[in-house]
Amino acid sequence: MPHPETWLKVRPDGLFCEPGGFYIDPLRPVGRAVITHAHADHARPGHDAVLASPETLALMDVRMGVGRAGAVQQALDYGEPISIGEVRVWMQPAGHVLGSAQVAMEWRGSRAVVSGDYKRQPDPTCRPFVPIPCDVFVTEATFALPVFRHPPAEHEIAKLLDSVALFPERTHVIGAYALGKAQRVIALLRQAGWDRPIYLHGAQIPLCAAYECMGIALGELLPATVAGKDKLAGAIVIAPPSAIADRWARRLAEPVVCNASGWMRVRQRARSKGVELPLVISDHSDWDELNQTLDEVGAPEVWVTHGREEALIHEAAKRGIRGRALRLVGYGDEQEDLSEPAAA
Amino acid sequence: MIAFADLLERLVFTPGRLAKIALLRRYFATQPDPDRGFGLAALTGELAFQAAKPAMIRALVEERTDPALFAMSRDYVGDLAETVALIWPAAPSNAGPPRMTEVVQTLLSTPKSELPFVLAGWLDASDASVRYALLKLITGELRVGASARLAKIALAEVAEGRIAADEIEEVWHSLVPPYTPLFAWIEGRGPRPDPAGAPVFRSPMLAHPLEAADIAALIPSAFRAEWKWDGIRVQLVATPLGRRIFSRGADDISGAFPEIVEAMAFHGVLDGELLVLRDGQVAPFADLQQRLNRKAPGAKAQRDYPVAVRLYDLLFDGTEDLRPLPFDTRRARLEAWYGLHNPQRMDLSELIPFATVDELSAIRDGARAASIEGLMLKRGDSAYVPGRPKGQWWKWKRDPLTIDAVVMYAQRGHGKRSSYYSDYTFGLWREDGELVPVGKAYSGFTDAELVTLDRWIRNHTVHRFGPVREVERGLVLEIAFDAAQLSRRHKSGVALRFPRVARVRMDKPADEADRLDTLMRLIEPGAAQA
Repeated sequence: MPHPETWLKVRPDGLFCEPGGFYIDPLRPVGRAVITHAHADHARPGHDAVLASPETLALMDVRMGVGRAGAVQQALDYGEPISIGEVRVWMQPAGHVLGSAQVAMEWRGSRAVVSGDYKRQPDPTCRPFVPIPCDVFVTEATFALPVFRHPPAEHEIAKLLDSVALFPERTHVIGAYALGKAQRVIALLRQAGWDRPIYLHGAQIPLCAAYECMGIALGELLPATVAGKDKLAGAIVIAPPSAIADRWARRLAEPVVCNASGWMRVRQRARSKGVELPLVISDHSDWDELNQTLDEVGAPEVWVTHGREEALIHEAAKRGIRGRALRLVGYGDEQEDLSEPAAA
Repeated sequence: MIAFADLLERLVFTPGRLAKIALLRRYFATQPDPDRGFGLAALTGELAFQAAKPAMIRALVEERTDPALFAMSRDYVGDLAETVALIWPAAPSNAGPPRMTEVVQTLLSTPKSELPFVLAGWLDASDASVRYALLKLITGELRVGASARLAKIALAEVAEGRIAADEIEEVWHSLVPPYTPLFAWIEGRGPRPDPAGAPVFRSPMLAHPLEAADIAALIPSAFRAEWKWDGIRVQLVATPLGRRIFSRGADDISGAFPEIVEAMAFHGVLDGELLVLRDGQVAPFADLQQRLNRKAPGAKAQRDYPVAVRLYDLLFDGTEDLRPLPFDTRRARLEAWYGLHNPQRMDLSELIPFATVDELSAIRDGARAASIEGLMLKRGDSAYVPGRPKGQWWKWKRDPLTIDAVVMYAQRGHGKRSSYYSDYTFGLWREDGELVPVGKAYSGFTDAELVTLDRWIRNHTVHRFGPVREVERGLVLEIAFDAAQLSRRHKSGVALRFPRVARVRMDKPADEADRLDTLMRLIEPGAAQA
């Protein structure tokens, strides 16, 4: 059985499956790309052929414009194996954002799984992560330090609603990444019983609409840009973090600046961004979830794409798992605390 | 401890004063005795147990975690207590997190050798937020970003208008944690706690700034004039139960000025100005700063920066409350009191005779010493009332010095101003044509001017250094300030006291702004270097 490092290789353009002739989440335009999810650091424009889940393709079209997200698109449902060259390829949910998928590849009896970004916490807007036993598991390590243990997201939403009750005359504006985080926060608010309209920054509107088209109900959403200041008093507004620190936010009524991100666990991070109410809500696995996942997939070898790989490799080694840092520069550039290019 | 940890978490990140008061008010109104009382003590720094050493915390966490992972985590997070709070591994525990009362009482009574065991049990039973509060409390590093004054204002809000914050102030320093009688009084369930001769703080009487319109209405014969000195306002309180020096904000600063405490061989309450005084001459504020920075000054600091109190008012003579009496009567009592006690390191604030407002104005303009901020005008019939009663006391500040300076860098403000470039570093031209920074100003402009300034900064940025924008040398601000002092800390060699924007000079070309020489000539001679 060939070791996956003989057929799954790191090239300047990204991770390349040689016998299949395709890249996974390539960093530059390539001939054939398999995309795990639609975040901009994983899904880049300009590839010739793109294979991804139907939801990821739809979200890529919304973000990049139809035609830029792959000249030829092929949708692949979860759990439907296909052959690309000699390689058997299938996808399973990664639990990261709507449409996010792990890519499983099997060649001559040797199996590798590229997880993309993933989390294990429940999320009302996407299907939960499915562990796939494999020989090599390719993982992220965004929050791979034992100081990162995300509390239940419901706990953070309760904190937010408690603050809304204490400061009913102020706008609570939540900095949240436009794809995935914004919709998850909205869905969690709806689960917690918040049935008033939620106001959106312009950059959040198209992706929320796309989620709704794909069957994720988000309740009544209104543009914050056209709402009067009186309407925004006591309201919840969702915006890219960069807009909150700038002129756009002047329309809000004495805003309580919130930020929904795993980085909010660390005080200095919250303070340096001027966040008044940090909400530890992450799309990524925390330390325990990463280690739980390594145990569940049972791979003797783990490759780490990006993040704090040193700590994760150290911890995996203690359990006899061989670790390898791929150091794929370019992932995580657009981490949760960065925002969409500012729209009005 | 959960409610206290939540409060701490919110206070630390909340910039707004009113929001902080709302958070504190809710904590005091909803938490039971004696938890809230110990919480109040923790917030106001009144808990007196021996702080645990960071080494103990480190030893504890090293038993529970992988040293390599701990080191990486510590590097990433920075703060030790925060790292430990976050990394502490969950342990199955039936106990809930400890109550505030349990924590404080245990810390007061537990021998040091048993503390690690007790603390580990608490950490096991708590979540990260409670762990953080516990560790900060135990190591004595609780910084909450809310003053004791704010806590008292919040307590007054719990009383729903029946008791003012100033009334709480007057009993505060006679109370001890967990303040059960205080809460009973505030909630209308008990009597006002009796200070019973303890050296407590009385809220000071403050003055309004005298505006042009007020000058016209001023009746000279009704007012007394004194110099307004540039020191810090203090209250000296001496009773058979103790001696205290309080700052204007009710902080007990007795420890920083032992020679004054020693000189307080009397019983009474006095209002005055703490100054560095050499041969009867008041030194610039920068000299006093040298003493304010030291919690317990050594012999050298006491010798180099000799302090004294210039007495303004007598509030209590023994146990007799003079505050309801008119100023003139109190002044006569103060002079008689001074003649009788003749205390060391204290002198009387001089009354300045004047007949007309014009004469007074000339006196004010004639004052050259930087240690004089201007004049105080007090109605002869004014009772001593806490706060800022209308028309009783005026402060008439000297016209500030001004320079025309060029904006060099700008930064965003905080809170409401977080989307505006409202903090400006300004500079003056040196002989060699280089622009050197001399100070920073972030007030003095109107909201409309701020909008203009913000737009100018955004449109004229040449470089960005993180949050700082460097701008074109093209915007002149007229900067007002109270004094200029030599400084080794500034590249220009000069530091300004209270710089603020007096006018935005969009009309003035940058190369016509002032030279550094002009400013150097305004430096008060004889000032020590800060």
